[in-house]
Amino acid sequence: MMDKNVIVSIKNVNKIYGGENHVVKDLNLDVYEGEFLTLLGSSGCGKTTTLRMIAGFEEITSGSITVEGEDIANKEPFERNVNTVFQSYALFPHMTIYDNVAYGLKMKKTSKEEIAKRVPEMLDLVQLGGFEKRYPSQLSGGQKQRVAIARALINRPRVLLLDEPLGALDLKLRKQMQLELKRLQRRLNITFIYVTHDQEEALSMSDRIAIMNNGVLEQVDVPEKIYEEPQTQFVATFIGETNIFEGCIESINGNNVGITLESGSVTAQTDRQFECGELVILSIRPERIRYSESPVEGFNLRGKIKEQVYVGSVLKTIIVLPNGHEVRLERLAGQKIPVSGDVYVYWAPSDIKVIHSDSNNIFKALDNIVLG
Amino acid sequence: MRRKTKAKLKKGLSVVYCSLIYLFLFLPIFVIAANSFNATTTKPYLTWKGFSLMWYGKLFDNTTLLQSFGNTMAIAFASTAISVIIGTLAAVGMYKYKFKGKSVIDALLYIPVVIPEIVLGISLLTLFSNVNIPRGMITLILAHATFSIPFVVFNIRARLSGYDNSIEEASMDLGASRISTFFNITLPVLAPGIFGGGVLAFTLSIDDVIISYFTNGQTKTFPLKVMESIKSGVSPDINALSVLILLGTMAVVFITQSGILNKKDRRN
Repeated sequence: MMDKNVIVSIKNVNKIYGGENHVVKDLNLDVYEGEFLTLLGSSGCGKTTTLRMIAGFEEITSGSITVEGEDIANKEPFERNVNTVFQSYALFPHMTIYDNVAYGLKMKKTSKEEIAKRVPEMLDLVQLGGFEKRYPSQLSGGQKQRVAIARALINRPRVLLLDEPLGALDLKLRKQMQLELKRLQRRLNITFIYVTHDQEEALSMSDRIAIMNNGVLEQVDVPEKIYEEPQTQFVATFIGETNIFEGCIESINGNNVGITLESGSVTAQTDRQFECGELVILSIRPERIRYSESPVEGFNLRGKIKEQVYVGSVLKTIIVLPNGHEVRLERLAGQKIPVSGDVYVYWAPSDIKVIHSDSNNIFKALDNIVLG
Repeated sequence: MRRKTKAKLKKGLSVVYCSLIYLFLFLPIFVIAANSFNATTTKPYLTWKGFSLMWYGKLFDNTTLLQSFGNTMAIAFASTAISVIIGTLAAVGMYKYKFKGKSVIDALLYIPVVIPEIVLGISLLTLFSNVNIPRGMITLILAHATFSIPFVVFNIRARLSGYDNSIEEASMDLGASRISTFFNITLPVLAPGIFGGGVLAFTLSIDDVIISYFTNGQTKTFPLKVMESIKSGVSPDINALSVLILLGTMAVVFITQSGILNKKDRRN
């Protein structure tokens, strides 16, 4: 992401199946040249559909997608300068590895000499030199995936689309391929649009992550921001482990807000705008929560320690609040301190994220119905 | 001691049992093969008069018999070609597209298979005479294609059940047009199923009697010719031709089973 040239631009794109199944809702997304962008979300969130619309396998219901400034709505898949790596690899079973990789060049009517030069180069790049004469059924899952990548890259696309390419591999191989893919992307300087439901994969590989939920783009940002500063309730809960509290803004004093929870009251720091009485969601990572045996100023949240588990590097603690809500804490492993009485939960006010609650919309809607 | 004899008896019995089954299956074929080398010249050509290749020589003088065989082959090739083309398109179309009444069409495909041949024969005859197609080679080819198409469709459909649609998308993604994708990817991957369906259609056509009987007009196929000559006892030149056909069939089976044609397709 050295330069910020937009290479793929998605504008107000909707996808509706059969007139009622709205899978992608008003999607707006710019992908920059040379970046590794991940579409992240659980299954059925519209990420694969989005990818397939860019590739040309799905029609766009409304809106537009441009690649290098050119609208691609009316272009057939074979007329687009993007290539795809499929989840199922989709290797041609009746062709050797050589022929599989050479296919794209043959279709582009490249000369025999050029093909004979570029195919082995590409196979070397994915570390499959010497496999030319084999058939796909003679390869392992990881090797097939490399062939699929080599085959998709041979036409030197400006954008490579990857649809959960590592989904079928076992954990160890997946980790290894993640590193290799990232290295490959840096080396070739091709834009990658990568679809996955694996948040760890997304966090470790991407330059930017676009999180989708129910066809809606929730947040696009660099991995650190996605993790540290979730903009919506969904992003906060989807990425990493987190503690969620629901509360109501009680007082506002500059950036500091006092919030009433069901089990007590807490303080938070935020640079977002809220109103008194507004319903909010609080999200805080387990490693940022602390507890003490004596009350802390600004906080009034008491609970009992339910469990302490030592898992190597960290000590995990679960504290139960009076309303039954469990708070998860994590800290670098130290001594396990047995605490029998009540403990007071607190945090550095800047560590907690305050997010507008989706419930506000419901109450507003209810108000409108009742009052209006 | 007793246990041993029991086991021996068991083994002996199973050998006898298996031998009987195979005898039952192959004795008739053996009789025909043996009789084709029989030197006898008197009806009903059943007593063994020594080894001779005489009937093989005579076979090639029997022009009506050879002609009927020629007709059979021509009909088999033509009807196979028609049913393979229609059957492939039908199977691929029904696999890929959803449309209204698909399940009905699906079910209707089984009708030509389960319907008694005699009924299909009469229906075809009625149809052909109503639309005024003169009975002969053309009606035979059409009739054979009619009952072969479902078998081709079933065969290809079995192949399609393990078919990954995304290989076609991958092909287009790499710059191949739809037509080029069909010929480069779809067809080669389905080839074993198409070939199997074709072989089935070919065999069905070669040995069909009943439907041919209704739709042949003046044209004689080999099975019809054999049926006809049975009235005067099976002459050994028919045996000779049967043996040659048997050898031909066995060669085809051997070639397909040995996988020479399937060499490229390593999935099997």
